Amino acid sequence: MKVIVPSPLHSYTGRREVSASGATLAQVLWDLDRQFPGLRFRMIDEQDRIRPHIRIFVNGDQTFALDQSVDARDSVQVIQALSGG
Amino acid sequence: MTGRKILLVATRKGAWIFHAGRNRGDWRCDGPHFLGQIVHHLVLDPRDATTLLAATSTGHLGPTLFRSPDLGRSWTESSRPPAFRKADAATDARAVNHTFWLTPGHAREPRVWYAGTSPHGLFRSDDGGDTWEPCDGLNEDPSIREWMGGPQDGTPDGPKLHSILVDPRDAKHLYVGMSSGGVHESLDGGRSWAPLIDGLEVVEGFDAGKVWFHDPHCVRLCPSRPDRLYQQNHCGIYRLDRPGRRWQRIGRNMPSEIGDIGFPLVVHPRDPDTAWVFPMDGSSVWPRVAIGGRPAAYVTHDGGGSWIRQDRGLPSSQAWWTVKRQAMTGDADDPVGLYVGTTSGELWASVDEGASWQGIARHLPEIYALEIAGL
Repeated sequence: MKVIVPSPLHSYTGRREVSASGATLAQVLWDLDRQFPGLRFRMIDEQDRIRPHIRIFVNGDQTFALDQSVDARDSVQVIQALSGG
Repeated sequence: MTGRKILLVATRKGAWIFHAGRNRGDWRCDGPHFLGQIVHHLVLDPRDATTLLAATSTGHLGPTLFRSPDLGRSWTESSRPPAFRKADAATDARAVNHTFWLTPGHAREPRVWYAGTSPHGLFRSDDGGDTWEPCDGLNEDPSIREWMGGPQDGTPDGPKLHSILVDPRDAKHLYVGMSSGGVHESLDGGRSWAPLIDGLEVVEGFDAGKVWFHDPHCVRLCPSRPDRLYQQNHCGIYRLDRPGRRWQRIGRNMPSEIGDIGFPLVVHPRDPDTAWVFPMDGSSVWPRVAIGGRPAAYVTHDGGGSWIRQDRGLPSSQAWWTVKRQAMTGDADDPVGLYVGTTSGELWASVDEGASWQGIARHLPEIYALEIAGL
């Protein structure tokens, strides 16, 4: 499926749009990490929680559930909410 | 050794590497590295004088570490940065916010590094900083966990484990400091720890017998006498001579109008009686800026029995910056060179052991940490 990656993570992916696969959002993120090592830990902490300034949308709807089911027709977008100076 | 120096500058918005020749003048600036990233500590491996480790985060992404095998010309991210073990219960679920402190391991353990994190955690790498394992002897010890407190017990940007010291005579003899949470010693390579807080004072009205009230800011070990430790604490300046266990408040000998509050402390590479501090204002609401807007280092040449002000060349008025605990360091030359980085992004150096100071750079981001190394 299509995954849109925020610009602070382009140092890993080299581009805005990448492809990943998985039956759940968690599996998609692991697949991204397999392709782009280190990417997942910047978004997800060691307790499998989405980091505070990271937001994930599936087909435009925000989700906090990494066990959410997804399929190849879905679109995932990761947002990094910038704040502070 | 060529006599060349590199000054490693870690800031809130990136890292810079300053190069100088044998005369420690004409500093050449290399950077920025990691522009926009928070660089908490940038350290050269003294065992090969080539490898750099940088602890970074961005404020929005998770923390990580980078390693350079060529003095910063190229960087590779650690494949497994410091991270706590997966917790069984949600209430126990700690996540590393950032790596605050890096210490190379013992000279006879050339691939070993230690990292201290926020929240409190001690981690070890056995492969030159590529992968990191939690040190369970500290991170999971129930007593130490209690002394660590929670997020509200640390510094404004989180509790920090710092001042990881390795005894040059014994790789298994370690010290760490926790803000807050006291000073601790291990004799078995970090498997078990004992507090070392006797004689240290805490904020008035609290019980100094409770480990969690202790807030060491910076602990240093004298390379020329490894049984001597100095400490800048939230509540004063101290010295400890092992095997003794009782810290002596040598900051009582500072001028009363200056006091003994501050963050960094530097020890002399060859003279265990000489050390430097950079006092900060600890009055009223604790501004923690240069006292009276007139920055000065203070040096002792008698183990803290007396202190001498050193401010020649530093601003004489209206300089209200802070020097953080990692932002003052000294080289091993004779005479010793001293280096200070400020929260206002200025770099100051002295090539005469603090007798006079010269500016190296201005307009950098807020400086978090400095390390000086000879090549």
